[in-house]
Amino acid sequence: MFEIVTNPISVKEMTNKVIRREAGAVTTFIGTVREFTYGKRTLSLEYQAYEKMAVKMLAQIGQEINEKWENSKVAITHRIGKLEISDIAVVIAVSTPHRKDAYEANEYAIERIKQIVPIWKKEIWENGEAWIGDQLEKTPYPSGKPLEDKHD
Amino acid sequence: MIKVLLFAHLQEKIGTDNIVIEKNSLTVKELRDFVSQTYEVGSLENVMVAVNEEYALEEDLVQAGDTVAFIPPVSGG
Repeated sequence: MFEIVTNPISVKEMTNKVIRREAGAVTTFIGTVREFTYGKRTLSLEYQAYEKMAVKMLAQIGQEINEKWENSKVAITHRIGKLEISDIAVVIAVSTPHRKDAYEANEYAIERIKQIVPIWKKEIWENGEAWIGDQLEKTPYPSGKPLEDKHD
Repeated sequence: MIKVLLFAHLQEKIGTDNIVIEKNSLTVKELRDFVSQTYEVGSLENVMVAVNEEYALEEDLVQAGDTVAFIPPVSGG
């Protein structure tokens, strides 16, 4: 249910992983490669992961969701390697008995990915490249590790 | 020995995806200081540390045989 892959992700396969008789709602989040970020044009992206730990952290997010939203089922797949504009980088599928929980749990999953899952993105521009997140100092970790859970 | 995995810009700065530290036991903070003094890696201030795939605190002990990962701010999604 939690994977790091190098091939394109099938949204249909992801939703099929969570569809079941008890579920009345499935939400899917599809993260795609954006061409322009604040006016700066990206040519392509490269994702790198600490794969073994990333899978563990994705599974931890699934566990957190199970604890917060009753009777939920979660599948997350993140793609790594070189991705082109509009390629799918991540798909999160969540099923729950009722729709509100499916929406909320899905948003929780992507926010947690951005906090604790060891995956990095390098943007390749026409005139250079940079690993995103390393130089902006927007994400301090005062305790030396990520916050346990910032979701309300 | 302690194996330290490097990712993203740290990997590019040091020029390898892992380094081996010949020490038996030290804290995460001591290891972080050692690497930053020994290698031209730049600031490790915002880098998290995982020991055997679990996020660790500065005072946690790292021992010979452990695999440590230096984790710059993540940017998946």
